[in-house]
Amino acid sequence: MAGLDNLYREVIMEHYKNPRNKGLVDDENYKLFRIKNPSCGDDITIQTYVKDGIIKDCRQMGHGCSISMASASILTEMMIDKPVEEAKKVVEAYLNMVANKDYNKKIDLEEAQVFSGVRNFPARIKCASIAWVAFKDTLE
Amino acid sequence: MIKNQWIKDFPQIKNGNVYLDTAATSLKPLAVINTVNHYYKNLSSNIHRGMYEAAIETTEKYEETRETVAKFINSKVDEVIYTRGTTSALNLVAYAYGFNNLKPGDEIIVSELEHHSSFLPWQYVAKKTGAILKFIELNQEGRITTEAFKKVISNKTKVVALTYVSNVMGYITPMKEIIDIAHIYDAIVVVDAAQAIQHLAIDVVDLDCDFLAFSGHKMLGPTGIGILYGKERLLKQMEPFQYGGDMNEDVEKVESTWKRGPQKFEAGTMPIASVLGLKTAIDYIENIGVENIHNYITNIHRYALEKLSKIDGLTVYNKTSETGIISFNLDHIPSHDAITYFAQNKIAIRAGQHCAKLICDWLGIYSCLRASIYIYNTENDIDKFVETIKEAIAYFKELGF
Repeated sequence: MAGLDNLYREVIMEHYKNPRNKGLVDDENYKLFRIKNPSCGDDITIQTYVKDGIIKDCRQMGHGCSISMASASILTEMMIDKPVEEAKKVVEAYLNMVANKDYNKKIDLEEAQVFSGVRNFPARIKCASIAWVAFKDTLE
Repeated sequence: MIKNQWIKDFPQIKNGNVYLDTAATSLKPLAVINTVNHYYKNLSSNIHRGMYEAAIETTEKYEETRETVAKFINSKVDEVIYTRGTTSALNLVAYAYGFNNLKPGDEIIVSELEHHSSFLPWQYVAKKTGAILKFIELNQEGRITTEAFKKVISNKTKVVALTYVSNVMGYITPMKEIIDIAHIYDAIVVVDAAQAIQHLAIDVVDLDCDFLAFSGHKMLGPTGIGILYGKERLLKQMEPFQYGGDMNEDVEKVESTWKRGPQKFEAGTMPIASVLGLKTAIDYIENIGVENIHNYITNIHRYALEKLSKIDGLTVYNKTSETGIISFNLDHIPSHDAITYFAQNKIAIRAGQHCAKLICDWLGIYSCLRASIYIYNTENDIDKFVETIKEAIAYFKELGF
C-alpha cells in the first residue's frame, strides 16, 4: 500500500513503540490539559512545566491510534527547552501542515515533519493534531 | 451463491466500493431519491397552509406518509409524530414526558447497550428531576435479559428506556417480555428502534410499547426525518416540546391552545421532502418484506462469521448478533489505524465508539471496528472484506504493531 506507507513512516512507528516522556508527574508547577475524542476514543493528556518563558518539561499520557501516540511523543521531545513563543509558532505551523493548509515553511518542524503525509488522509488529521492542541492549551 | 435482485436499485454502489456501514446510515434506492427530487422539482411548497394545487398535493402526500408509517408499525395515524430523527424523537419524550412526570426518588431504567441518544436525555432528566438512573446488568454476552431486568425494576420505576437492537452488538432485546413486566409496575417503556425498524417487523399494539422511535435514514429513507410513535393516551396529556408555527390551534396574548393530534409536536416547517421520501422507503421495504430482508441478511452474516472464524489475529465481540452487525478489532491494532486500511481499499466500515461509549467500557475496549450488513451486500462484498482484513493484519504486523 504505497499511500499508507507515506503515513506510517519508520520514525512514527519507532515513537509509537517507544514513546518518550510518557507518564504524568504530580507537581503543581505543571499545567495539564486533557482531550478526549468521543468519536474515536483517543484520550490524551499533556503536561507542561514552564519557567522564565522556557518549556522546562513536557509530559504525555493517554491512549489512541499510532498516529496520535507518536505525535504526542514527538511533540514532547521537540518542545522541551523551547521558549514558549517559539513553541506556539511551531504548533501553529504543524497544525496547518497536517490539515493541508498554508503554513510558514521557514519554521523548522524538525522530526514532526514526518507527519506531512497526514494531509493526504483527511480522516486522520484529528489523530495527528490532538496532542498538539492539548499542548497549546497548557500554554494558555 | 445467494442471489440478490436489489443491488441495481442502489446507484451508490459502483466502482467496486463495498458499503458495510448501514448501521450508521443506509444507502438510498433510486425510488426514494426520485421522490425527494420530485418534491423539490415539481412541488416545493409548504403544507397545511397554501390553497394552491401544489400545496394541496404536498399536504396530501405529507399526510399519506403518516398513514403508511401507521400501517407499517400497526399504530393509529394520530400516534405518528414526525421528528428530525431518532435522537430528537427520544429527546421529545425526555423533555415532554420525562420532565413533567418524574420526581426525586423515581427511577429510570437504562442499559449499557444504549446509544448516547437513548441514554444522555435520561441522564439529563435524572439530574434535573432528582430521579435515579438504574442499569440492567448485561449478561456474559453483553445482552439485556428479562431475568436481569426483573432485578432492577421496582415500584419506583417510572421510565424504562431501552434499545431494541444494539447498534454495536446487534443483539435483539426481549422487548415484549420486558414491556409486559414494566407495565405490571406501571412504568412506561421508551423503545429506541433505530437499529430494529429495518430488521424486524414491529407491531406496536402487540409490543404494547409506550413510545418507539426510529430514523428514516437507517431504513433506506432520507436523512432529517424520524418517527416518534406514542400511545394516544400519553400524547394527549403531554405538553408540546417546541413552540411555533403550525402546532397551535389558537393564539392569544395571554393564553394559546395546541393542535390535538401529532401536529402538536411538529412546530415549524418539517423536512417535507424527507417525509415524502420516507413513504417510498417504507413501500420499498414492504415490497420485499421485512422477514425476507432479515433472512437475507442472516445468510450473508452467517457466511461472514464463518470466514472470519478462520482468521487469526482478530477478535469479534458479538458472534451471536442477530442483525448483521459485526463488531471487532484486529489484535494490537487501534481501530483508527485499521480503518484507514479499509478506506484505502474502498471498504466503508466504522471505527470508534459508535456513540455508545458505555458498551465499549463494558467490553473493556477503547474503540472497535463495526461492519453492518444490509440487502445490498453480497457474498462478494464479504469476500473482499475478509481478504482486506487478512491483508491489513499482515501489513500492520510487518510495520511492527
